[in-house]
Amino acid sequence: MKKIHIVMLVAIAAVIAVLISMMGDLSTYETIASARQKQGKAVTVIAKLDRSVPNPIEYDPARNANFTTFHVIDSLGNRARVEYHFEKPFDMEKSERIVLKGTMKGDVFEITRKDGILIKCPSKYKDDPKAAQNNLSRN
Amino acid sequence: MNYIGEHLFPGQLGHFLLVLSLVTSLVATFAYYRAASSTITEDQLSWKKLARIAFMVDAVSVFAIFGIIYYIISNHYFEYHYAWNHSDKSLNAGYLISSIWEGQEGSFLLWTIWHGVLGLILIKTAGKWEAPVMTVLSFAQVCLATMILGIYVFGIKVGSNPFILTREVFQDAPIFKRADYLSLASMQDGNGLNQLLQNYWMVIHPPVLFLGFASTVVPFAYAIAGLWKKEHYGWTTASLPWSLFSAGILALGIMMGARWAYESLSFGGFWAWDPVENASLVPWLVMVAGIHTQMIYNSTGHSLRPTYFFFIASFVLILYSTYLTRSGDLQDTSVHAFTGSGLNWQLRSFVFIFLVPSLILYISRYKNIPYIAKEENNYSREFWMFIGSLVLFLSAGFIILFTSLPVVNKLFGTGFTVGSEVEFFYNRIQIFVAIVLGLLTAVTQYLRYKNTNRKTFAKKLLLPIIISLLIAGAVSVFGDIDYDRFGAGYLAAIHLGLFAGIFAVVANTGYIWAGLNGKLKAAGASVGHVGFGLMLVGILIASSKQKVLSVNLFNPLNFAPESKQKGTENMTLFKGVKTDMGKYWVTYKADSSDSFEKKKYFHIQLEKKDDGKSFVLKPDIIKNTKGQEGSSANPDAKHYWNKDIFSYISYAEEMSAEQDTAQFKLHSMAQGDTIYYSGGLMVLEKVTPNPVTEKYNFKPTDTAIMAEINVYSTGGKQFKANPVFYVKNNVVQYHLDTVYAEGLAIGLSQIVDNKHLGIIVKESSQLTPFIALKVLQFPFINLVWLGTILMVTGFAMSIVRRVKLQKRERVVQ
Repeated sequence: MKKIHIVMLVAIAAVIAVLISMMGDLSTYETIASARQKQGKAVTVIAKLDRSVPNPIEYDPARNANFTTFHVIDSLGNRARVEYHFEKPFDMEKSERIVLKGTMKGDVFEITRKDGILIKCPSKYKDDPKAAQNNLSRN
Repeated sequence: MNYIGEHLFPGQLGHFLLVLSLVTSLVATFAYYRAASSTITEDQLSWKKLARIAFMVDAVSVFAIFGIIYYIISNHYFEYHYAWNHSDKSLNAGYLISSIWEGQEGSFLLWTIWHGVLGLILIKTAGKWEAPVMTVLSFAQVCLATMILGIYVFGIKVGSNPFILTREVFQDAPIFKRADYLSLASMQDGNGLNQLLQNYWMVIHPPVLFLGFASTVVPFAYAIAGLWKKEHYGWTTASLPWSLFSAGILALGIMMGARWAYESLSFGGFWAWDPVENASLVPWLVMVAGIHTQMIYNSTGHSLRPTYFFFIASFVLILYSTYLTRSGDLQDTSVHAFTGSGLNWQLRSFVFIFLVPSLILYISRYKNIPYIAKEENNYSREFWMFIGSLVLFLSAGFIILFTSLPVVNKLFGTGFTVGSEVEFFYNRIQIFVAIVLGLLTAVTQYLRYKNTNRKTFAKKLLLPIIISLLIAGAVSVFGDIDYDRFGAGYLAAIHLGLFAGIFAVVANTGYIWAGLNGKLKAAGASVGHVGFGLMLVGILIASSKQKVLSVNLFNPLNFAPESKQKGTENMTLFKGVKTDMGKYWVTYKADSSDSFEKKKYFHIQLEKKDDGKSFVLKPDIIKNTKGQEGSSANPDAKHYWNKDIFSYISYAEEMSAEQDTAQFKLHSMAQGDTIYYSGGLMVLEKVTPNPVTEKYNFKPTDTAIMAEINVYSTGGKQFKANPVFYVKNNVVQYHLDTVYAEGLAIGLSQIVDNKHLGIIVKESSQLTPFIALKVLQFPFINLVWLGTILMVTGFAMSIVRRVKLQKRERVVQ
């Protein structure tokens, strides 16, 4: 066997080892209900703002600029309150889907990383024909 | 119905040109195919002549299409959906152009225009390779032309037409029942360009990036031509300038995007392993791997098989990335992917249309591809270059695998996702890739092809090793690189990576003299590698020493337990109040607007505590485009040679129309002290720790104090004010209390010493405006940009040299 083949085999073995170890670190998408079962574990939840609450997003920068709390509901209808230890992301009110990465603590979903929230990028609203049509008929 | 005031001619012309470009690219593909497969010289020539004409007509058409779109947008013909949806009247010429690539159609058009330009150059320079190479490129043009066609075939949408009218898109909207709909208010202005794209980098970054995307087709086409015509010799030298160009331009385009992300802070830095970023990086890594095996083959005859593979993979990965970022399948993992446009089947089929035939061709020809049975020597350049290519390729494979998780989930119905530490997830592997690549680029240049004299090799390398050890040691010891969030092992890897980067810089700089005797003309590779090393060093330092300055850790009460809570990145700044921010005093001084009243600038003064030097930053917020409430923030930065300081408005109150010019005054008061204001006096009566009142409910374990102040007006009235000062999550905060009757805002802003409190008082008829501000510091970020420039320069130098060598060879022949 040629040296290069040995090197490639070693490299492939290393890659497989790394991949297996990384697969273990992947988290999975959870629902709010299943996240509740996994208290304290890092999970990813896809939800949307719970607009049945009068004020779904509370952010009072005069009091604390580093704390946003909001209510979400997932596709199964489960609700939770989210605590995000950063400023309110721009355009959050208009988001349709929010991807949350954090941990469930009791009934509260806690996010301690800035990038723990991913909302639809504002540039995407344009490609949404429904929004454009509303815009056209409104003014 | 006859609509009034519409300009339909440009659209009709545009539509005709769209169809023309599709037809001519089909003709070009067929004619080039016949020219390439014919064995009779006369046939070849006549087919080639037809193919050239067809391709030139195609290239001119796509240019004209672009011109017409610009004409429509710059004349504000909002009857066209593209103009209405992507531009408005306030945009200047630069942003009018960038509004063309805000939409999918415009970016595909950009791509096909570059193909046109590259094709014209190939027609002039490719010589005997023209017919087979241009067959592939013309076929790519056919595929791209269908993307902007916008017709329905058997009820399936093919492409998206940029010349569609607004009334055709919204057929049910009531306003189009009127013949004079263009005179209505909603048709007088467009939706405007997304505010994030209103940045000068967004004018220049997409064309460069798309030139990079487009250029990967050339090495691919040469590889296919080689396989197809079974001519394994020759194409690797002919295509070398092209692969160098592709890698250089793609690197430039990617890093311009990084620069944009950095300046607009929309990704929180220059690189975030966002899927959109990964999707452009991965083909580049594979292209660079291909260049190195190509060099090996040209010099030694080894590694032709992987060269074929890498060039095919690089182009197919470009197509795959296009699918990833534009299909909408990345919605939940990327902050910046396009939403789906209903063309997913088309994007997917492009990948397979190129992947499947290429693979079949590659596999069927594999046995015939020449190779050398003899092993590479351990002390040969080709052996270690190949290892480098392998590492590049594996790194690319690793990145694309995890970027593709949404696709994996779709295919297998799984629900995997990268956890909350996305950056670390990639970084912890890529740091080792960086270390290996840094060391390889440093050492391999000193090796010769085939075999190297071990003594001279060791002798030449000794000095660079010593110098690098000294520099890297100094950086490690005095550089305060103590990024220990992910443990000592990761920190050690960072230090090792720093050494590898510095070694690459020093060794490659040294090689220009030690190996090339100072011949700069031949030093393209060395310069490129120096740039790569500098980038590594810059990335490692800037990322590990990036700091949030607006975290206020000043804690005078000092009895709160050290909280591990993260996320105290914002400071609340009241207008006119000088606030403590680590090494700086920071004051929100004033604000101003631009002429369109779209932007509002906040003047933030930062004053260094040690030398009193101050500067003003003007971050702004820009009103969102029509139909969307709210604003987006743009940072402002102060650039030093060794660091950048960014400020960013996280929140700004909607200001009242009247300007409030009153300022806070700071008074140092002990219990029982009296101060005067224009309408009377006030006395600090008492200080209560952790108050429990109607308004506040602090627990005994909290860190809070409340001042009880009695205000006596000259009118004989008495008021109470209870400002509170507290520490939460390690950040000092305070609540103002207001005495509206006297127009007073009173705050307890600091503890001066154990007896005196800092009381701030403002007299105003209005509530105090305030902002939430974030200030970030990126040290040595300039190394990243300098490294990029050097790397691209290195590519350019190599291209010039290779083209010259080719010309000389042709003359000799």
